[in-house]
Amino acid sequence: MEKWADNKAWLLVLPVFVVVAFSAIIPLMTVVNYSLQDIFGPGNAVFVGTEWFKEMLTDKRLHDALGRQFIFSGLVLLIEIPLGILIALAMPKKGWSASASLVTLAIPLLIPWNVIGTIWIIFTRPDIGLFGVGINSLDLLDIPFDHTARPAYAWVTLMAMEVWHWTPLVALLCYAGLRAIPEAYYQAAKIDGASSWAVFCYIQLPKMRGVLTIAVLLRWMDSFLIYAEPFALTGGGPGNSTTFLSIYLVKLATGQFDLGPAAAFSLIYFLIVLLFCFIFYQVLLNVGKGEKIS
Amino acid sequence: MSLALRNVDKIVGGETHLKGIDLEFETGSRNVFLGRTLAGKTSLLRIMAGLDRPSRGKVLMDGVDVTGVSVRKRGIAMVYQQFINYPSLTVYNNIASPLRRSGLKKRDIDRRVRETAEILHLEELLDRLPAELSGGQQQRTAIARALVKDAKLLLLDEPLVNLDYKLREELRVELQDIFRKRSAIVVYTTTEPSEALMLGGKVVVLDEGRVLQTGATAAVYQRPETLRAAEVFSDPPINALDSTVTDGRAAMGDNIPIPLTGHLAGLADGAYRFAFRSNHLWLSSQGEGDVAISGKVELAEINGSETFVYVHHGKSAFVVQQEGVHPFAMGAPISVFLNPKHLFVYDTAGRLVAAPPAAGVAEQQ
Repeated sequence: MEKWADNKAWLLVLPVFVVVAFSAIIPLMTVVNYSLQDIFGPGNAVFVGTEWFKEMLTDKRLHDALGRQFIFSGLVLLIEIPLGILIALAMPKKGWSASASLVTLAIPLLIPWNVIGTIWIIFTRPDIGLFGVGINSLDLLDIPFDHTARPAYAWVTLMAMEVWHWTPLVALLCYAGLRAIPEAYYQAAKIDGASSWAVFCYIQLPKMRGVLTIAVLLRWMDSFLIYAEPFALTGGGPGNSTTFLSIYLVKLATGQFDLGPAAAFSLIYFLIVLLFCFIFYQVLLNVGKGEKIS
Repeated sequence: MSLALRNVDKIVGGETHLKGIDLEFETGSRNVFLGRTLAGKTSLLRIMAGLDRPSRGKVLMDGVDVTGVSVRKRGIAMVYQQFINYPSLTVYNNIASPLRRSGLKKRDIDRRVRETAEILHLEELLDRLPAELSGGQQQRTAIARALVKDAKLLLLDEPLVNLDYKLREELRVELQDIFRKRSAIVVYTTTEPSEALMLGGKVVVLDEGRVLQTGATAAVYQRPETLRAAEVFSDPPINALDSTVTDGRAAMGDNIPIPLTGHLAGLADGAYRFAFRSNHLWLSSQGEGDVAISGKVELAEINGSETFVYVHHGKSAFVVQQEGVHPFAMGAPISVFLNPKHLFVYDTAGRLVAAPPAAGVAEQQ
């Protein structure tokens, strides 16, 4: 092929550059811009330096939302990852039942977020919902189940929604990881007389390291950014009990129109997500290497 | 210890993987299963290991039926084609893993791990993880895992296939030495005749789930009882041309007269298949008594310092293996020389009628 003498090839990169500029760089810079100014109206803004950052970092409501967010995302990982692994281990390995369970597992992943919210709201409603009516008829709870009645009820509903929606993703990833292990590994373990627990610890888990890293990162980011489910369920209530970071952020930005603080907030938010992704990645990359058989 | 297979069949989903296998192995013996892909080598190993149950027949250890006994209780070790090690354990712990359940003292385990590591030149790598090793080192670790527990039955399923040429040669030489010092029954599967010859011991030639021939490796190479066994035990596969003997005169292929002397003397009249290995063909006459076979070059394949020339002769074809690089144009006429003292004679059903005297073959090897 003939080589071009000039740098015309840069023109070919231009479309991508324009798309990325408009989809990522310019919006991000706008947010940075907002975070440094107090905006009173169109064309009426005052530069305030890092004031919004200081304000946000000492904001009690943000701290509370952040705390809730950590608990929520932590619970999500603690439930979804082990559950996903268990499901993957229990799934049939071949034949029609394998295909059937894969398809069944994938169904929740295909449903849009707000539809999930609606499904679960109806399912848990105390007057017509199957779950709501069912649990209340058992008469076990001191206050009848109603996700607007008690923070714990709202949390249980949210958790159920999240776990139902996203555990299949973890399970599918783990399943793919498990299927990639050659049969000879299991034979070798059998010859060594390894127990099935040892097979899990020394073959399956290490071999799933890659997919588990992806699963943890995806679920962490996604659950940390959760918005649609609590918004659809109670709009952040009852009280502020399900006001997670993004719910609070949207209230701040579009409810109160505090664009400056909201911009500062979202940058901090972004950095937190990034920091934790980095930490998880590093930990998962190195955990359990060179361990000893006990 | 002795291990015996009695009339073993293995049928999976209506497909016969093994049929009527009768074999015996003695302690300290080195055995090579030679056969092409899908010949049933791995199926047979798995049954010997106890990983699979035969569909019919018995596996006897020291005369005791162990057909249904779990692999855990058999005291065997196996090395696979893939490099199988525990991914999260260091080389040291990988080698130690088969000993963990043995109830040995820590000090004894340590000693044995280090001894085994030394045999396989892994001393410097004991703290590494398998993923940090080269393919050859990974397979050395896997072999060390198999050797460390002094199993009575050591099975190796094409252990060198996934290694590059250099490493393969190196490990092959070392393995011979390691096997010689073992008192176990060693069974090694391969698709390569040269590997089987190198390992020596006894060979079991397998094809389509059946045993074609057993015996001392060199002896089987020198006298393959069937044309099929000769094909499996030659690389490239042995060449065979339709031939006839009428009134004491032999004609091979396209009417090439073959003098019936030496081991060919006294062949009865009839139709035969005359077979010859590719390395017994020459591109120039090597001396008196050589027979010329003419044909057309179909393809000349240069492989390392050797050339494989595929030649069309009448309705049949054969391959010449020649040292050195010899380029040929496609379709070029060619004359190939063969000394009839290297001819194998098979009847039309593929049974051996006459083989070259052993010394002649040994000299070529």
